Parts: sequence; C-alpha cells; structure tokens
Amino acid sequence: MGHEMSETLTQDALPASSLSPLAHRRIPRWAPAGIAVAAIALGCGVGAAAGLASHLQWGLISLLLFVGLTYGITAGVEGRRQARDRVATSLVWACFVVAVVPLYSLLQTTISKGVKVLDGNFLTHSMGGVITTQPGGGVYHAVIGTLEQVGLASLIAVPVGLLTAIYLVEYGRGKLAKVVTFFVDVMTGVPSIVAGLFILAFWIIILGFGYSGFAGALALAILMMPVVVRSTEEMLKLVPNELREASLALGVPKWRTILKVVLPTSIGGILTGVMLAVARIAGETAPVLLLVFGNQLINNNPFSGAQSSLPYYVYEQYTNGNDASFDRAWAAALVLIAFVMILNLVARGIARWKAPKTGR
Amino acid sequence: MDIVSTSGEHPPPSRQPAATRLGDRVFLGLSRGSGILLLVIMAAIAVFLTVRAIHAISLDHSNFFTTYEWNASLNPPSFGIAVLAYGTLVSSLIAMLIAVPISVGIALFITHYAPRRLASPLAYLVDLLAAVPSIVYGLWGGLYLVPHLQGLNLWLNDYLSWTGVFHKSDPNSAARSLFTVGILLAIMIVPIITNVTREVFRQVPKAHEEAALALGATRWEVVRMSVLPFARSGIISASMLGLGRALGETMAVATVLSASPVLTQRLLDPVGGTFAQNIAAKFAEADNFGRDALIASGLVLFVITLLVNGAARLIIARRREYSGAAL
Repeated sequence: MGHEMSETLTQDALPASSLSPLAHRRIPRWAPAGIAVAAIALGCGVGAAAGLASHLQWGLISLLLFVGLTYGITAGVEGRRQARDRVATSLVWACFVVAVVPLYSLLQTTISKGVKVLDGNFLTHSMGGVITTQPGGGVYHAVIGTLEQVGLASLIAVPVGLLTAIYLVEYGRGKLAKVVTFFVDVMTGVPSIVAGLFILAFWIIILGFGYSGFAGALALAILMMPVVVRSTEEMLKLVPNELREASLALGVPKWRTILKVVLPTSIGGILTGVMLAVARIAGETAPVLLLVFGNQLINNNPFSGAQSSLPYYVYEQYTNGNDASFDRAWAAALVLIAFVMILNLVARGIARWKAPKTGR
Repeated sequence: MDIVSTSGEHPPPSRQPAATRLGDRVFLGLSRGSGILLLVIMAAIAVFLTVRAIHAISLDHSNFFTTYEWNASLNPPSFGIAVLAYGTLVSSLIAMLIAVPISVGIALFITHYAPRRLASPLAYLVDLLAAVPSIVYGLWGGLYLVPHLQGLNLWLNDYLSWTGVFHKSDPNSAARSLFTVGILLAIMIVPIITNVTREVFRQVPKAHEEAALALGATRWEVVRMSVLPFARSGIISASMLGLGRALGETMAVATVLSASPVLTQRLLDPVGGTFAQNIAAKFAEADNFGRDALIASGLVLFVITLLVNGAARLIIARRREYSGAAL
C-alpha cells in the first residue's frame, strides 16, 4: 500500500537489493496488510471488551493502533524516515476514508428514506388539501416552481455572464477588466442569503413588488452570474489564437469572429459551465425563503403570488416536524439530488463530447 | 518596432481602433455593459443593504454590536448581533479546523497517493459532492447526524469537560449545538477546499518532485519539501473560499441548531445562533421594521464574507503573478 515509488528507488533500480550495501532493510510486502488486520482485530477486541456501543469508536481505536504499530515496527526495521513516510501514507488514506464515510452516509440515507413515498402520485400532486401530519401530497407545485425560477434566473444570468466573459477575454485590457475580474471572483462568494436580502431590499421593500417566483429568480441570477462568467472565461481562453487571427485576417469583423468562430469552438465547455451553474442554483433555499415565500398550492405564474420550490419544500416539510412530513422531505431531497446529479452528468457528457479542439 | 520608437517624429503605427464598424461597436458596448452591470450589482448590494441597515440601526434601542437578544418587534426595538457574530465565527472555525487538514489529505490522496485507476473517479466524485444542495446536507444533519453525534458529545463531556469548552450543561439535551453545526459545515466544505487544493497540487512542477526523489527522499519528504511549500498560498486561499462558504451557510445551520440568545464557551450546549440562521428563522414573523433589522445583520455578514473572499482572491492573484500558474 503506497510504497511503490520509494521501492522503485531503492529496490527495482538495484536488482541485487539484498546484497547491495546501498539498500536498506525493509519490512516484507505483506507487513502493512498484516498490521492492518492485527490492528482491526485488536481494535474490535478492545472495543467489545470495553463495551463501546459505537462502531465508529472501534474504527478509531483500530486506526490509532494501526498508525502506532506501523510507526513502531517500521522505525525498528527500516528507520525513522521510512516510518514517518508510512505514517503519512496511512494518514492520507485515513483522510480519504474519513471523508467518504459521511458522504456515503448522506447519499445512502437520502436514497433509502427517499424511496419510501416517492412514486408517481408524489410527483404529480401538490400539498393542496393535505394535512401535514398525514401521509400523502407531493412535490408537483415545488417542481414547477423550481423549474420556472431556475429558468428565469438562467434567462437573465446566462446572457450577462456570457457577454461579461467575452468582454474579459476578447476585449478586456486595462483597469476596468481587472476590476471586473476581481469583483466577479468576490461575487462568487456572496452568501445566498445576502443576495436574497438585497433583492428583498431593492425589489420588494423599495420598489414595492410582492413576493413572487420572479423575485426569487432575480436573486438566483445574482448567484449564477459569476459562476457562468468564470467557467465561460476559462473556455474562451482555451480557444487557440490562430483561429481568431485567421478569421480576422480574412477581414471578418471582430464581433462576427467571436460569434462565428470563438463561440462555436467553445460551445461545449460553455454549455457545461451553464449547466453546472444551473445545478448550483437549483439547490438554493435561502433566497426562495425570503422572496418566494412558499405555497402549498400550484401557482404556475412566476410573476405574481407566492410559489414553492424543491429546496424550500424540503425545508418546509422538515420544519413541520412529524414523520409523514419527514418522509416527504426525504423524497423531495432525493428528487432534488437526482435533478442536480442528472444536470451534472449531462454537463460532463457534453464537456467530453464537445471538448474544445485546442489544435494540439 | 525599434525604428518607430527611436525615430520619435513618426507617430506610432496607428492600429485601427477595434470598434469602427457598427456591429463591433454594438457588440463591444453590450459586452462591456455586462461587465459594468456586474459591478453595478455589487455596488447596489452594498448600497441598498447599507441604506436599510442604517435605518434599522438608528432606531435600535440597544447597542447593535453588543446586545445578545434579537427583539426587533418590541417597542422600542432592541436587537444585537453579539451572539450571531460569535456563533458564526465559532462554527466556521470548528469547520475549518476539521475540514482543512482532511481536504489537504484528500487532495494529496487524489494527486499523489491513490492508484491511478482510482484517482480520476475519485476526483469526479468530489466534484459531484460539491454539487449536493445545502438543504440536503441540512436535512441529513438535522435528522441523522444530530442523533448519531449524541454519543460523541457524551464522550467529550465525560473525558474533556475539564477544558470548559466541552462541558455540556445538560448531558441529555440533543446535540443541536454549534459543535454539531461545525462538523456539518466541515463535511459541506471539504469538497470545495479539496477541489481547489487538488488543482494547486497538480501544478507543482514535476521537476521539483523528481529532484527530491533523486536525492533519496521518501514520498512524504517529497510532499513536505516540494509539494506543500509550493502549494501553501493555494491551500490558504482554498481554505478561505471554504470559510466564506461556511460563514454564509443558511439552511444547514437553520435545520441543526437549536437557537437561543446565549453566548457561552460551552460548544456542546444547544444554544447560540449565526447570522444566516437568524435571518432564516426570524424572517417569517418579521414586520417591515423587522426585515430592515435582519438586513442590517445581513450587511455585517456581507462585509465579513467580502473581506474573507477578497483576501483569498488577492492571495491567489499574487501567486499567479509570480508562478505563472492559472487557477
């Protein structure tokens, strides 16, 4: 486990390793696996003996034992430096395992609990006339809301984002471009609730419009713009300059060069970026909470009246605080994850299918 | 070029200005206008939030920065951000303490340790996980993580309560504390920090690593002597991006934390609050003035995240200048 590289150096390069005075003594190849088995056995033994209920604690004890044993044994046989190397290797592996456990648990829980009430009925019905403590009802109104809000947000954010990226890559020289780049970066970090508060202050309090899906879409657009700019910028930079120069040399105006040469070349990557941005804002709850206000019924008009949305629906069902609502929350969360993941997979599919030809 | 610049009398060869044709002018105007629109939006966020916030703070009957309670609907209104600021910073710090080492570990694993066949699916998996909506983390945190962390809470209380930090006032209360929030936030920002750190590790010049290997360094020594020093500023800025995300996270905190206006160093007690959580929780019952008050707290959050993100970006930008690496 993880010592191929150093082995290449000390052993494979010197075939007569056992005879060469340059080669160190090494613990046998099976030793790490052996230590791991011993550590797990010991850890479970200690855990069972001490009556620890949580298997997580067994795992932690095993891990500590493994690291300790590895260090001790390797330090004895191979020396301090090798021992440190092995400990670092096991820690890096441990990081990986530690990170995978909660993420696996998250997906596993959502899927196993989500499928309970997820069926055709759930997808095609709203919460109209459903008592929250009773099973039944569905997410139809929330799906409609999400699709409309995200669609409107994309209609606003994609053109602005695209044009800004074109400005930065094709025209941007000097101070303005630098300032825009910096603030696009900073804008990426604006918390979604702050974007929601801004639209609340501007659109609802000062301009006096009511809660609506469109207000939510405005906030989502603010969150989406910098993401579109960044990804489009990266893609436009990949377009080889020779293409631009060839087109300009033929006397094609710059704007037609951009529209007919640069954009078609990078369209795959741009689409990918847009879809990833859509996936990101589809899961935003906070702006919807502040601006769309939530609704139990179907409201097909995003320009007037409160709507719902999938993430908001999850939150609403969670705060209802009873088992029937929790079931609905898990199912809606599953629908949301599926939606986001499908967008991601399609986006990556497009990226692979239409990878920009960089001429190399 | 030389001839032109030394002769002096000739004007430099006048390039055709880029925008002479109508189409070009329109297109340049549109794209520059979009860039300016982004700046206007950022400025507008600051201005509108500030205007409403000043209105609210001027009517606040107690000190906005040192008051614990949030009673904007009282007459006279009395609200302050002390608890919220404390809770936001503490939960984000806990998240950083957990997430940064683990993220660096995962990024190292993907770039330097994992078998090649495992590395690219893994990187892909981390990408996907960064896309999981925060409300799903929140739901999982509230319904699954909270009961499952009770054991850890009791263990910390049993063995580490002498620190004061891990003393739990009521051992039977649910684990809806800032500590749990910190752990959940850590889980959420690990994919973000990992993604950026991984990119930085990829850019470490191969020659540095090979030189270290040629001197007989072990793999850990290679990482410590050539990879980490090169990537240090990248790791810092990645962490700050993660911090920015953790500071502004709303739903995951709103679903997990049982909020109350108590400021304590006991991290396991189910009390406290954060800016974003407070806004989400108090919004439904807020009247017009209450909304302004919440906007005031949002402005503070905005300024904090602005500073953190700006600093991160400046670090990245400076690094780009001298290394030529694109991020």
